[in-house]
Amino acid sequence: MMQIQKTRWVEALTGNYATAYAVKAADVDVIAVYPITPQTTIVEKLSEFVANGELNAELIHVESEHSALSAVVGASAAGARVFTATSSQGLELAHEILHIASAMRLPIVMAVPARAISAPISIHNDYGDVMNARDTGWIIYIAASAQEVYDTIIQAYRVAESVNLPAMVAYDGFLLSHTVEPVELNDEEEVRRFLPRPVRPYTLNPKRPVTMGPLASPDWYYEFKYQQAVALKETYKVAKDVDALYGEKFGRSYGVLETYKMEDAEYAIVTYGGAAFGNAKAAADIARERGTAAGVVRMRLYRPFPTMDLLKALEGVKAFAVLDRAIMFGSPAEGPLYKDIATAMFIHGVDKPAVGVIHGIGQRTMYVEDMYKIYTMLRENPRKEVVFMGVRI
Amino acid sequence: MSLPKAAELPIGAVIPEPGSTRRNKTAGWRTLKPVIHDDKCIRCQLCWLYCPEGTIAERKGVFQVGNRTYDVKYEIVYDYCKGCGICANECPTKAIEMVPEAP
Repeated sequence: MMQIQKTRWVEALTGNYATAYAVKAADVDVIAVYPITPQTTIVEKLSEFVANGELNAELIHVESEHSALSAVVGASAAGARVFTATSSQGLELAHEILHIASAMRLPIVMAVPARAISAPISIHNDYGDVMNARDTGWIIYIAASAQEVYDTIIQAYRVAESVNLPAMVAYDGFLLSHTVEPVELNDEEEVRRFLPRPVRPYTLNPKRPVTMGPLASPDWYYEFKYQQAVALKETYKVAKDVDALYGEKFGRSYGVLETYKMEDAEYAIVTYGGAAFGNAKAAADIARERGTAAGVVRMRLYRPFPTMDLLKALEGVKAFAVLDRAIMFGSPAEGPLYKDIATAMFIHGVDKPAVGVIHGIGQRTMYVEDMYKIYTMLRENPRKEVVFMGVRI
Repeated sequence: MSLPKAAELPIGAVIPEPGSTRRNKTAGWRTLKPVIHDDKCIRCQLCWLYCPEGTIAERKGVFQVGNRTYDVKYEIVYDYCKGCGICANECPTKAIEMVPEAP
């Protein structure tokens, strides 16, 4: 890993700087920037790259996140490779444009260091923002290390431009966005060869005029929404292929989900994001020392949902828990990932005890001991229930 | 009329040619259609002025109606008339009748 090869070098980077380096390697044309914690250092670094002449891109200072996403919608419609980033309230403000970007089939890539949503105001990490955007037609990755953030941003461009859909790369705000890890960087020329600029079906070009974003009457609207549903579903395979191709070329690949000691696991925790995954792995190690066959599954591709890979990963377990870092108020099950998995299992006729665990809300510390308790709960009292963990009740 | 299937349409609801709106007839939601009874029409031009869609056409020519001769005649452009009924409401001689569209 630390051995520096001819085409690779290692830098100590925060998750956000890893994003900025990947965006530079992808040679983007237009970046719309608006500050919000914990995203700001991404666009600060990108501003530096542009100011230094290291990246030849148009950097647009906009007046809000709604405008940031709107600006890259326009630039992407004109055929540019674009980037923007936001978190929390910014993603909420841009929410309207999320739907427009995906429905206009624009391959925008956006980084989202995940942050809790107001009120009360929290600048800390949970996935309330990302989960609120999960059904907007975007491809959603959730990365678990600065290295994976770097690799996933590059993969996201390739996938988005193959299927003509926008992609969001989310990761733990602060816990990952502002912590430093060694990140192996690819040769930028190699990245650019990995990301050839495809001929887009339609762009705004005065020589070949088209209308984008028109009105569709009841006779037409549904067909376009159906196209979108099919396109996102088909992205499942494309994401897998691109990840494999990236692995061949750059030596790192992750799959659509990552498993830890799942080969013989009887009890599993399914989760997403770096902090939850790391601590669940540590708890699985402790559980194994104490004689419980424990494993962890981490969702990396969240939309489209990798149903078949997930069902396969959980095939052998007696019971599992889904650790969610967001709350869906009033839902039959408050954890968004828990509800997705319950739906997938219901459709495929799988019935096994599954506990939904809500934890890490507003970056409430998720102790390894808490994760260990989940394994104990699964072993001693396997059931179907949602549990709020780490909260004073 | 059979419309194209989802897979046959350009992605992203793009309209790949300019000027296609010209082919778009916008009278689809009309339920009552105005009919001008030319014998009652006194050529006051009020319907032409009031129509919010500009769908009343003024035709020049020589028109004999009973024992009167006019140099103009008013006609409804049914491709774009939405059937709002403003013309019938404004007509001082009640020469415009709103007739239900055939279902």
